[in-house]
Amino acid sequence: MAVNSDLSKNKLIEEFLKGLWTENPVFVMVLGMCPVLAVSNTAINSLAMGLATMFVLVFSSFLVSIFRKLIPAPVRITTFIIIIATFVTVVDMLLAAHLPVIHKELGAFISLIVVNCVILGRQEAFASKNPPINALSDALGVSVGFVFALFCLGSVREILGNGSFFGIPLFGSNFEPWIVMILPPGGFFALGFILLFFNQIRERKKGAREKNGSGASWKQSRYTTEYITENEHGISD
Amino acid sequence: MGELFWIFISALLVNNFVLSYFLGICPFLGVSNKLETAFRLGLANIFVMIITALCAWLLNTLILPYAPYLRLISFIIVIASTVQFVEMAIKKLSPDLFRALGIFLPLITTNCAILGLALFATNKGYDLLESLIYALGAGGGITLAFVLMAGIREETRILDVPRVIEGTALSLIIAGILSLTFMGFAGMFSAA
Repeated sequence: MAVNSDLSKNKLIEEFLKGLWTENPVFVMVLGMCPVLAVSNTAINSLAMGLATMFVLVFSSFLVSIFRKLIPAPVRITTFIIIIATFVTVVDMLLAAHLPVIHKELGAFISLIVVNCVILGRQEAFASKNPPINALSDALGVSVGFVFALFCLGSVREILGNGSFFGIPLFGSNFEPWIVMILPPGGFFALGFILLFFNQIRERKKGAREKNGSGASWKQSRYTTEYITENEHGISD
Repeated sequence: MGELFWIFISALLVNNFVLSYFLGICPFLGVSNKLETAFRLGLANIFVMIITALCAWLLNTLILPYAPYLRLISFIIVIASTVQFVEMAIKKLSPDLFRALGIFLPLITTNCAILGLALFATNKGYDLLESLIYALGAGGGITLAFVLMAGIREETRILDVPRVIEGTALSLIIAGILSLTFMGFAGMFSAA
């Protein structure tokens, strides 16, 4: 019994951690881009959006997991969406009542949490197949990963675009803010460069592994195969 | 008339759904690799958006004054089921049109641009004609963004880009430059 519970505890931690880092919804899976880019112009907005998404994801995963044996397979997606939409309505009303300023800033993007593919994806891939405790741990991991990613992006954009962090000015009056970072293009640029950074780390690791293994010709072979596939593609078009 | 024209232009260029509201980013980054696919996806988007505008207006005037808390849920369910019905009708009536748009329709329904359109149009208090024009402009803007992106990405496929930037990172940076270009249209409003 003790061994069993220990195992399941390890598994829970593993499920939590994979959402946080190795399967991070934003940096690795590139899901749920619309809220990520739209509201991440300041640290406080992105944090609020992340927490609202977390609330919806955790509660809907839990509910879907409880009812997973009752939901008929052909209408499961519709059912998930109704459950998600209910919690989004709840969070929308909560924010409107208690934090009207943030609610106004985020606007329709709170409602748009419904169509965030991260949430529906977790219901379909995990919560509908696993018991409530595991679903809860998975949902927590993924949403902490999501909050973390959103917060990183929001902080970078606010620090560069406004010269402040949570509204507190960081640099002296000589700092010329990069206005573009808080405007829409800044969202694309910031996320693009963060992904670039992650790619670089991954490539480094892969490069080191290849060097230890079969030799240094991996780059050469990659270009050759790519050239061939491109060519084939061109003919079949 | 002038009012309607500005609603159209604003949705098409100035407040482009993809490049300045970040709606419909998933298909923008994922699907648009070929020019023709991107164009047809855009057309399917216009089509669904017009149906959406109609549904949203009907719901908003007839039902929601009595039950405002059902707004989000009713939008999603009504829009998804109407699109499903229209899809069946098209399949029956015009197989050619279905082949051109059909495969995209179910995918588009769960797109954030569609729900976004319903929410924005009702938030702004547009009447029926204004919502339809708004839908046309927004759909046209999405088509424009998809086609531009697909055109650029077709070019980048034959270029020798550094390995680290391949894929999503490159698409995002291209999108940023496009978005920067579209910001230039904001000047049209202050001039008018």
